[in-house]
Amino acid sequence: MTETFYEVLRRQGITRRSFMKFCSLTATSLGLGSAFVPKIAHALENKPRTPVIWLHGLECTCCSESFIRSAHPLTKDVVLSMLSLDYDDTLMAAAGHQAEAIIEEVKKKYKGNYIVAVEGNPPLNEDGMFCIHGGRPFVEVLKETCADAKAIISWGACASYGCVQAAKPNPTRATPVHKVITDKPIVRVPGCPPIAEVMTGVVTYMLTFDKIPELDRQGRPKMFYGQRIHDKCYRRPHFDAGQFVENWDDDAARKGYCLYKMGCKGPTTYNACSSMRWNGGVSWPVQSGHGCIGCSEDGFWDKGSFYDRVTDIKQFAIEGNADKVGGTAAGVVGAAVAAHAAVTALARARSDKQGDNQNSGDKQ
Amino acid sequence: MLSQQDMLEAERHGRQVRSIYVYEAPVRLWHWINALAMVVLAVSGYFIGKPLPTMPGEASDNFLLGYIRFAHFAAAYIFAVGLAGRVYWAFVGNHHSRQIFKLPIFNGHWWSEVFFELRWYLFLEKQPKKYVGHNPMAQLMMFFFFTVLAFGMLCTGFALYGEGLGLGSWADRLFGWVIPMLGGSMQTHSLHRLGMWIMMSFVVVHVYAAIREDIMSRQSLISTMISGWRMFKD
Ligand code: HEM
Ligand code: HEM
Ligand code: SF4
Ligand code: SF4
Repeated sequence: MTETFYEVLRRQGITRRSFMKFCSLTATSLGLGSAFVPKIAHALENKPRTPVIWLHGLECTCCSESFIRSAHPLTKDVVLSMLSLDYDDTLMAAAGHQAEAIIEEVKKKYKGNYIVAVEGNPPLNEDGMFCIHGGRPFVEVLKETCADAKAIISWGACASYGCVQAAKPNPTRATPVHKVITDKPIVRVPGCPPIAEVMTGVVTYMLTFDKIPELDRQGRPKMFYGQRIHDKCYRRPHFDAGQFVENWDDDAARKGYCLYKMGCKGPTTYNACSSMRWNGGVSWPVQSGHGCIGCSEDGFWDKGSFYDRVTDIKQFAIEGNADKVGGTAAGVVGAAVAAHAAVTALARARSDKQGDNQNSGDKQ
Repeated sequence: MLSQQDMLEAERHGRQVRSIYVYEAPVRLWHWINALAMVVLAVSGYFIGKPLPTMPGEASDNFLLGYIRFAHFAAAYIFAVGLAGRVYWAFVGNHHSRQIFKLPIFNGHWWSEVFFELRWYLFLEKQPKKYVGHNPMAQLMMFFFFTVLAFGMLCTGFALYGEGLGLGSWADRLFGWVIPMLGGSMQTHSLHRLGMWIMMSFVVVHVYAAIREDIMSRQSLISTMISGWRMFKD
C-alpha cells in the first residue's frame, strides 16, 4: 500500500491547482508540449511514489544549495517533498541511527525500485577512510545502497567526473560514481553546481515517466546537455565576426564582445547555461562578463588556466600547452634543419674543392 | 622486400634506362592538392585557436572568424576526400603507392637501409644509395608523421566538427566517440592543435629533405613528384 505522489502532496497541503501548475511547468522545462501535462498529472496521481535516497560523499554541498534554490518555489516544494521524505542527510529532520535505519528500510521495502542520487564521490585510498558516513567509509555505504537501486543519479561534477577532489594529485583517490558502481544505469548531471532547474527537471522526469531520460555518450541527459554553451551563446555573432574582448577593462568588454580570447570555455562545454541561465533566468557567467570555465566538463581543474584558450594538455607531466610543446618542437626542428643545411653546404663546398664531387649531383 | 626489389630494379635499369615511372598521376595530383590543403588547414587552424585582433564595426558587418573557420572546414573536406582517394589508390596503384601505408618492418634489409640513410643524413656516409620509390628513412617518417598523424587529425577534426553539427549528426555518429576517449572537448582541441605543430615539423623536414636530396642524391626528387619519372644521374 504505497502512496502516490499526489496523495503525498495533498497530505502536505498542496492544492490541486498548484499541482496542475507544477505539471505544466515540468512539461515545459522538459521541453514537452502541453499534451504532456495531463499525462504527467495522471502519472503522479496513479503511480506509486518512487523513493529517492540522496547520499553525500566528498563534496561541498553546492549541488544541494543549487537544488533548493530552484526558481519556481512550486517546483522546489513539490520535488523536495518527494525527496526529503526518504533520505537526505543534509535536509532531513531525522539523525543518527534513526536516519541510517531509513536506508535499510527503503532498501528492503522497495528492493530494485528506488533511486539513489549521489552528490560527491567516494575516495578510495586508505580503504576509503577519507570520507566517513555514519561511522563507515562512504564507499561501502554507496555500494550497499546502490546494490538494490533501480537507477542512480550522479549530481554535479564531483559524482560525474571527480571535480576538485579528484584534481591532481588527487591524494585521496576521489573516484567518480560510475567507476565504483558499474552494474546500474547512471544519469550524470555535471556542473559545479548543476543548474537548479536542470536538477529538478531530471528528477521529475525520472519520477514521472519511470525511466531515465535519453542520455548522450557520456551519460548526460540530452535535453539539457545536448549542446555547448557556445552553440546558444548570445555573444556568438561577435565570435563569428572576429570581435573579442582582449582585456578585462577594454572597450570591447564594455560592448559585450565574445570572451573567447579571455579563455571562455563555452566552445568546449556542454551545459544549459546559455539557454536556461541561472538564478531563475536572471543571468549567467558570460552575460555578467566572465567566460565560461567549463565547470561541467571532465577534469576542468586540471586543464590549465581559466583565462587561456590554448590550455594545458593533461598527458604531459610537465606544464605545457599545444603551442608551448608543439611550437618548441617545430622551432627545434626548424633550427636543426637550418644547421643541417649549413653543414651540408660546407661539406659540399669542401668536397668540391678537393675535386671529390662524385656525390655533388653534377652531371658526369 | 620492396626496397630490395627497388635496388635491383634501379641497378638493372640505372645505367641503361636512366629513368623509371614511379609516381602515377593520381599520387602526384593528390600530393600537391594535399600539400595545399595542409597549408590552409594549418594557417586557418592556428587562427581559430589564437584569433586575429578584434575587428572594428558592427558584428553584422563582419564575419572574419566565420570565414577562417569556413576555410578550415573546406580544406578539411578536400583533405579528407583526398586521403580517401589516396587510400583507394594504394589498392589499385603500383607498389610504390602502398609505401606510405605499410612498413616492411620484418625485413632486416629494409632496416639496414633505414640506418644507412640515417648515417647519410649524419654525414657519416659519403655516397648516397639509389631508390626507385621513397628512401626507407623517408618512408618511415611519412608513415608515422604523415599517414598515422593524418588519420589522427581526421578523427579529432571531424569529432570537433560533429560538435558544431550537433548530436546525432553524421560526424557525431562516426567520430563522436573520439571526444570522451581523449578526455573531453577541450582536450581534443589541444591535441588537434598539437597535431598541427607535429605536422608542420614534418613538413619542414620533408621539404628540406626533398630539396637537399634533389641536389645531393644520385636521383631526381621534386621533378619526380611532378612528372612521375625518377631520373638517375649516374
Ligand atoms: C592535418 C590537418 C589539420 C590541421 C593541421 C588542423 C589544424 C587545426 C588547428 C590548429 C585548430 C585550432 C585548435 C584550437 O586551438 O582550438 C583546428 C580546429 C578545428 N579543426 Fe582542424 N586541422 C586539421 C584537420 C581538420 C579536419 C580534417 C577537420 C574536419 C572537419 C578539422 C576540423 C576542425 C574543427 C571543427 C576545429 C574547431 C573549430 C572551432 O573551434 O571553431 N580539422 N584545426
Ligand atoms: C605541406 C605539405 C606537404 C605534405 C603534407 C607532403 C606530404 C608528402 C607525402 C605524404 C608524400 C608521399 C607521397 C606518396 O607516396 O603518396 C610526399 C612525397 C614527396 N613530396 Fe611532399 N608534402 C608536402 C609538401 C611538399 C613540397 C612543398 C615539396 C617540394 C619541395 C614536396 C616534395 C615531395 C617529394 C619530392 C616527394 C617524393 C619523395 C620521394 O620520392 O621519396 N612535398 N609528400
Ligand atoms: S563568449 Fe564564450 S560561449 Fe559566448 S560566443 Fe564567445 S567563446 Fe562562445
Ligand atoms: S557558464 Fe560554464 S562554467 Fe559557468 S556554470 Fe555554465 S558550464 Fe559552468
